[in-house]
Amino acid sequence: MSGRYADEVFALLYPDAAAAQSMSPTPQPERPRLSRRSFLRIGAAAGGGMFVAVSLAGCKPKGPGVEGEGDDKEPDVPREPFEAGAYVTIMPDNTATITVAKSEMGQGVRTTLALIVAEELDLDWNQVTVAQAPLDNDKYGSQGTGGSASVRTGWVPLREASAKARAMLIAAAAAKLEVPAEQLTTEQSHVVHGESQKRLSYGSLTNEAAALAVPDKVELKSADQYTLLGKEHVGVDVADIITGKAVYGIDVRKPGMRFASIERSPVFGGKVKSFKPDAALAVAGVEKVVEVPAVGPDANVASGVAVIANSTWAAMQGRQKLEIEWDEGDHAAESSEDYATTMQLATSKAGEEKVNQLGDPDLVLAKARTAMRIRYDAPFIAHATMEPQNCTAEVTADGCVISGPLQTPGWVAQSVAKALSIAPEKVSIELSLIGGGFGRRLNPDVAVEAALVAKQVDGPVQVLWTREDDMQHDFYRPAATHVIEASLSPDGAPEAWRHRMSTPAIRKTISPDATDVGLRESNGASDMLYRVPHRSCEYTHLPSGVTRGWWRAVHTTHTTFAVESFIDELAEKAGQDPFKYRLNLIDELQVDRPEQNPEFPWDPIRLRGVLELAATKAGWGQELPAGHGVGIACGIDHLSYGAEVIEVSVEDGVLRIHKVVCAVDCGPVLNPNGARAQLEGGIIQGLSAALGEKITIAAGRVEQSNFDNYALLRINQAPAVIETHFAPTDAHPTGLGEPSVPPVAAALANAIYAATGQRPRSLPIQI
Amino acid sequence: MYELTINGKKQQLDADGNMPLLWVLRDIVQLTGTKYGCGKSLCGACTVHLDGNPVRACILPLSAAAGKSVTTIEGLSEDGSHPVQKAWTELNVPQCGYCQAGQIMSAAALLENNAEPSDTDIDAAMAGNICRCGTYVRIRAAIKRAASIKQGGE
Repeated sequence: MSGRYADEVFALLYPDAAAAQSMSPTPQPERPRLSRRSFLRIGAAAGGGMFVAVSLAGCKPKGPGVEGEGDDKEPDVPREPFEAGAYVTIMPDNTATITVAKSEMGQGVRTTLALIVAEELDLDWNQVTVAQAPLDNDKYGSQGTGGSASVRTGWVPLREASAKARAMLIAAAAAKLEVPAEQLTTEQSHVVHGESQKRLSYGSLTNEAAALAVPDKVELKSADQYTLLGKEHVGVDVADIITGKAVYGIDVRKPGMRFASIERSPVFGGKVKSFKPDAALAVAGVEKVVEVPAVGPDANVASGVAVIANSTWAAMQGRQKLEIEWDEGDHAAESSEDYATTMQLATSKAGEEKVNQLGDPDLVLAKARTAMRIRYDAPFIAHATMEPQNCTAEVTADGCVISGPLQTPGWVAQSVAKALSIAPEKVSIELSLIGGGFGRRLNPDVAVEAALVAKQVDGPVQVLWTREDDMQHDFYRPAATHVIEASLSPDGAPEAWRHRMSTPAIRKTISPDATDVGLRESNGASDMLYRVPHRSCEYTHLPSGVTRGWWRAVHTTHTTFAVESFIDELAEKAGQDPFKYRLNLIDELQVDRPEQNPEFPWDPIRLRGVLELAATKAGWGQELPAGHGVGIACGIDHLSYGAEVIEVSVEDGVLRIHKVVCAVDCGPVLNPNGARAQLEGGIIQGLSAALGEKITIAAGRVEQSNFDNYALLRINQAPAVIETHFAPTDAHPTGLGEPSVPPVAAALANAIYAATGQRPRSLPIQI
Repeated sequence: MYELTINGKKQQLDADGNMPLLWVLRDIVQLTGTKYGCGKSLCGACTVHLDGNPVRACILPLSAAAGKSVTTIEGLSEDGSHPVQKAWTELNVPQCGYCQAGQIMSAAALLENNAEPSDTDIDAAMAGNICRCGTYVRIRAAIKRAASIKQGGE
């Protein structure tokens, strides 16, 4: 079993679950997410400064001034997932460094978490430097990044820690100025005494403040006191990005570093039988050829042969000369056609798992005079991050150093240690910027593979995957088949709704023996919010050798396509407007929802809110230019609510996307510019998947290889206009990296139907 | 031995003439701002200027660049002050940023030939540059803003 770090990933990706289904033998204790105490340490920093360290419940901070020691009694309890760790140092010159212990992959986490800290501490944003933390669980707690979780989990602990530090700076200033603390305020990294107009820089107070006791309770700022949050900011990495200085994994350079390119088994699960290195070794610059052993589901490293050279190019050239004989293994006969047949059969009858049921849909459907039964299909899709997978590793007698673009450094350290048979403490991890994640880099495979190569090489080695490697050895968003059947009551509302679906389950890629996978796989389907008195969701797993993984918004990318297409079809059958039809069906929850997160129960009113906001802003119901059509769809993802209205036209077989209007309710918007960017990006990525992306399998291998046969959306296909709107709300902030993705495919399909009368039911959409 | 000018500096390079300029820049000259994305001129991440024209460094052999002048993202301006870089900052275009060196180099080349590109011009010139994060709408706006900055507008 993959242990607690894989558990963390699951807990992260399924925040609506009250407690993650543990993949390790030790069940995870339930702990309330918001009221949990985080560890806070405030003390003197080297160089005369003051540090504020916020780390997480479940880890074991050392040293004085530690709060929350109660958790120390259970050192072996799995760590709570994905708290936003941070470490702030204020120096005597009044500069501050905020060390963010999360991975930046374009979601703006380095900017937003730093803004949260700077706001509550009243730091001068111009004097703040943001640094990247290496893996250090003791210092920062859990450092995995994903699931649109960093702001949600960091929101309370980061502000509380910052407010306490601010209170200590005020107390130090009060002693120095001999005035009551109540007379002091803070602004721009200074404590200010209004009456005497005295201003003391934080830098002049660090020694005194660091020696004070950490206060128990402090008041947090209210939104109307914010000077940074809610305002427009440029990302902290933009200056480096636009000048080519930003360092991604592929840009890591170490003294004496070699470059490696790996030929992997083309068939999933295949193995190297034998290989001849001679021709590869004859290529100028090639220094060594080594075998890379397969690693099982813990890390899913493919069996292969690595060519090590003095440049990337030489390694790639040498690799082409390799002669390898493969044992193709158990999956060499698998194909997308067979998968489709199997999934269609599975969804034509009762599923292996009944995920949930309300009333008796089978009986109602059997008695119904007319019922609708429609199938929707989605293919495997790839992450295709612009930065291909890569990792740099060095293995010495002292241990292993990993440098790269990683989302889950804790899981990586554990998997690398296991693969190298060394203690996890001997693995150190440095994090670079990530050239696109979208879930691909949650898996530890790339780092483990690099470590296994490095073990056979003197000095550091960078393993770079070609685009073809990246396309053909991904962890794919599962293919899916959905069959939904419904009958309508006389008023047109659905009376019975039976959703049968089949996918190759993601979780079985990591835990092949896992059972009860249907609940996760049906996220967005089994828990859809429309009121239906008799409903059920059934699930059947499709055995497949294809490695599957989490793709931005995960299951809701296909479940929402099915549900939101089908509801449109029901609206038409009922002769009702699709927007109003939806509104009429969203009220109280009418189905068992065993996986609700008690701290973030789904609120149908918020879903109604974003539907109405999107429809209003898009001018739903207004007359359209000839040939245009609009579609609407909504959904819930990572605890946030999203709705989209898309306007299209199709002329001479050419689809034009004129406008996408998106409304989201994610709680307060902390970094509006970055928040809009996340919605825009999610919409483009959703359109890309809906219009062009498809991975197919033949003879157990991926047929696509590069951007000529795996089509990502390009600028000339992008919508002319994307409008984003946020519902005003004072809810706890929730995820924003993913919620704009799920409604896209259905809103687009519904718009195409409105424009053309042809209803797309299979992704990617063929015009 | 090949001689070429990289970001205004003459360089003598003792390397395989078939090696694509991309790997020469990244692995030999240690200019890592130019990115590998596809190796087949399909994504534009490796776009640089060769004698002022945008080219894909991933398929351009070193021998074909010999005697010519190469400008990479590191050499577009000394301090990020090129109008395209300014506009990219103003509009907060980058997300992960990996493709943006290529986007910026393509955009800068477009503006050299077309002072006021329309959306259609922009789409045509930039369709070879993929952005997986989906910054396209901001790229369109930023190119128009850069055109305005270039013409002295604020």
